[in-house]
Amino acid sequence: MIEFDRVTKRYADGSPAVADVSFTVPSHKTVVLVGSSGSGKTTLLRMVNRMVDPTSGRVLIDDVDVTTMDPVRLRRSIGYVLQSGGLLPHRTVVENIAIVPRLNGATRPDARERALTMLDTVGLDRDLASRFPAQLSGGQQQRVGVARALASDPNILLMDEPFGAVDPIVRRSLQHELRELQRTLGKTILFVTHDIDEALALADEIIIVAAHGVIAQRGTPTEILTRPANAFVAEFVGVDRPERRLRLADAAGVEVVTDASGRPIGTLER
Amino acid sequence: MKWLNQNVGSLLELTVAHLALAVPAILLSLVIAVPIGWTAQRLRWARDPALALVGVLYAIPSLPLFVLVPVVLGIGIRSSANAIIVLTVYATAIMVRSAADAFSSVPLEARMSATAIGYSTWHRFWSVDLPLAIPVMLAGLRVVVVSTVSLVTVGSVIGIPSLGTLFTDGFQRGIVAEVAAGLIVTVLIALVLDGMCILAGRALTPWARAAEAR
Repeated sequence: MIEFDRVTKRYADGSPAVADVSFTVPSHKTVVLVGSSGSGKTTLLRMVNRMVDPTSGRVLIDDVDVTTMDPVRLRRSIGYVLQSGGLLPHRTVVENIAIVPRLNGATRPDARERALTMLDTVGLDRDLASRFPAQLSGGQQQRVGVARALASDPNILLMDEPFGAVDPIVRRSLQHELRELQRTLGKTILFVTHDIDEALALADEIIIVAAHGVIAQRGTPTEILTRPANAFVAEFVGVDRPERRLRLADAAGVEVVTDASGRPIGTLER
Repeated sequence: MKWLNQNVGSLLELTVAHLALAVPAILLSLVIAVPIGWTAQRLRWARDPALALVGVLYAIPSLPLFVLVPVVLGIGIRSSANAIIVLTVYATAIMVRSAADAFSSVPLEARMSATAIGYSTWHRFWSVDLPLAIPVMLAGLRVVVVSTVSLVTVGSVIGIPSLGTLFTDGFQRGIVAEVAAGLIVTVLIALVLDGMCILAGRALTPWARAAEAR
């Protein structure tokens, strides 16, 4: 469990990046922080592994204040996926994945074996092992990033807009795969995105962040969609957008779901 | 050709002397410039003053420096140490800027990601910052190699033996072949060392070509 307890972070000039934020990420759940850029969501994420330390307030992992932990060791115990994978360009795929097990003290052959197993886990061909990141597609780089984050089997996974740099079709399949992985792995995931659809697709719980990390609403995807707390959330979620306002139509005996403008989306199963 | 046939021995001797001055200076400048460049990149406020300072060093005329260094340090004016120190000053002046640029060229994302997955600062320097700085660093090193090999010859004016001795001697005695030999071998040394830099760079940065090939 990750707990944010009245956390504030001020920049050097005194202006707040996040102000008095409290929430928890329950164990084995996926919590998605969603907000526009500059809302402080990435700052919040980075407080978990001490890339950023709060000016006041506490961040606790299983009731232990992270500021009492050694930052380097803390980071090695937490999986972290960055935008476009955050791979080291001068290391091959297998070396990139093996880094964290190596940092945690695994022998070279063990770390390598572990890395190859992780390639299988994220659905990549072992033939890619000796390539450099620049020789991979964006989607493949993302998968390697996820493999690296999972390589030491951490309890916690931090994901900072991990699928932001790939095209929408690849993004959707990566989201699907992450959901499948999470079903078997049950990690505690804190995920940051500006894409509300991504939040709806992945989250057990969504936290909508307005400016300065102020929480506009938190709830399950269904709650957010059906009962937006205020105009800001309604606007952010786009409850009035045609693709959110679905209708039923009859097409020669088949029930078709359409959006508000009548474009077909799918068929209804009862 | 007649001069060459009679002087192969001394030509070889002076070539070795030339290298014995140039190579230590080049390597020393690298060892000095890398930590300064890395610090300049980490401490933004230190960058501009540090670069300004080394820029001033480069503006000092070389001949006075060859005379001044022995006086300040109390070493022989014709000693190898004097030549190596002076050459190192100029090489470092160029190399610090290259090193600072090289560390700035390391993608922020790679540095962030290395920190995020648990590299300590020291470990990150050796495993991430330094290897990724090599391409830009190498471009600077090549300039240093060529300029240092050329600058060594100035020392011959005050009597430090190198291929430059062939210029001074040949000029005084009016032997064109001797001056030409000194010039050609100096340029050859510069080209060979430059080529070695290129080869070393290729061997050290296989990922850079992988990225280009794509």
